Amino acid sequence: MSSKIKRGVSLYSYQNETFQGKMTLEDCIRVSSELGAKGIEIIGEQTFWGWPECGVAQDDVDNWHRLIAKYDCTPVSHDFMLDYKRYKGREMPFEEQVASVRNDIDFGARLGMKYIRALVSIAPEVLVAAAPYAEEKGIKILIEVHAPLHFDHPWIVRHAEAFEKSGSDALGFLPDMGMFLFSFPPVWKEKFMRIGVPKHIADYIEKAYEDRVLSEYVILNVQQMGGTGPAIAMAETMRHNAAFEPKRMLDYMPRIHNIHGKFYQMNEDCVEPSIPYDEIVKVLQQGGYEGYICSEYEGNRWIEDAEEPDSVEQVRRQQVMLAKLLGETEVPTIKTPLMAVAAE
Amino acid sequence: MMDNKMIVEGSLQSVDGGFSFLGRLPYYRGLGLSMIEDIQVTVDGEVQPRESVRFAVRGKTYTLDEMETCYDNRWNFGEKAQIIVLNGGLSAGSHTITFAVRNRVSYLPFVPTTKDTKDLALAA
Repeated sequence: MSSKIKRGVSLYSYQNETFQGKMTLEDCIRVSSELGAKGIEIIGEQTFWGWPECGVAQDDVDNWHRLIAKYDCTPVSHDFMLDYKRYKGREMPFEEQVASVRNDIDFGARLGMKYIRALVSIAPEVLVAAAPYAEEKGIKILIEVHAPLHFDHPWIVRHAEAFEKSGSDALGFLPDMGMFLFSFPPVWKEKFMRIGVPKHIADYIEKAYEDRVLSEYVILNVQQMGGTGPAIAMAETMRHNAAFEPKRMLDYMPRIHNIHGKFYQMNEDCVEPSIPYDEIVKVLQQGGYEGYICSEYEGNRWIEDAEEPDSVEQVRRQQVMLAKLLGETEVPTIKTPLMAVAAE
Repeated sequence: MMDNKMIVEGSLQSVDGGFSFLGRLPYYRGLGLSMIEDIQVTVDGEVQPRESVRFAVRGKTYTLDEMETCYDNRWNFGEKAQIIVLNGGLSAGSHTITFAVRNRVSYLPFVPTTKDTKDLALAA
């Protein structure tokens, strides 16, 4: 069975390498393309130095289009930030926030994107006010529904109501799969143990997560077990993460246009031990989803103190998993090792 | 994130009136300079006064107070900024440098400070 769901990568996944200059934009696009993940999502200001305060030269935009064409890829989303705390001590005025979103709509359009991603903390009124301009430019603004928020949270419900009331189809959602965290991620537990959480407390928190115990009880229990600093911090991750159900997306399918394939670790057997991708793919297929699932590797920050992340290998494993779940017959493989390119 | 990559190895050097090293923003994106609330440099256990710190990127140099109202320049993702401390200079040899950056990030419900400590050698 083949699926209409398409595979992509958010170049956020390669941040550890791009930060250090170990991978260029071309490396990121080529590797993703070789894996059959032809949809490319970026955080505009990560990929393009200068954006937004200093602007981006047309040469850089031309280079982007050249690389996208060279590797037969499709621009999917420009994730924008809207720094409404740009001014110390006062929030950016409403009209300026709307103008800032329009600026990102323009940038998304220059890059050939279908979508721009809005952070979840942005007020619905700002997005509604920017929607007519987005329609004009053929862009949809997608708010990222990300843990600790979820589709039943009143803040998200308020967005949904505002989107409906606006009557605009340029407003939608971009769910981050991290909100469906069904087990405590092993890389989190290992990191907390490295910074001093005793094993019996780490084991207790992992089990309490499994048992779906309310975070506030877990925090109190950890305190009573003698937990301090890092142990409390580990318990507090349960305030910001929970095993919400993938099927909650079904009510919102007409406005879901892109998916963040968040993952913290892909084991050698190409399984994400904490996020239920089999269930997620089933729900998306049931809901008739036809957009991209873009890999978003976020394990880097949990292991970098102990080992150098290998983001490309992690993305490869997730793409192998996704291809299998989507019923593809070919196993994604990297044809050009990074080292070979560096040696050229 | 990127905490252990903030200070660029081997970048300590003497400058007129002090010393400098190269520092990177510990973040998956860049930030406009007005959102850098503080940069604190500690040398061999001694915290350097805020007034003595300068930040330089692409040929432009700022005091930390000037950065707070700078809306037309950025510290880009992975960009190596020159962090200058006008302390009168350091002796040759190894020094323990701590570099702490406090950011105002719009979507975070707290103001993070991230730091990195490394031993850097100053050539004679």
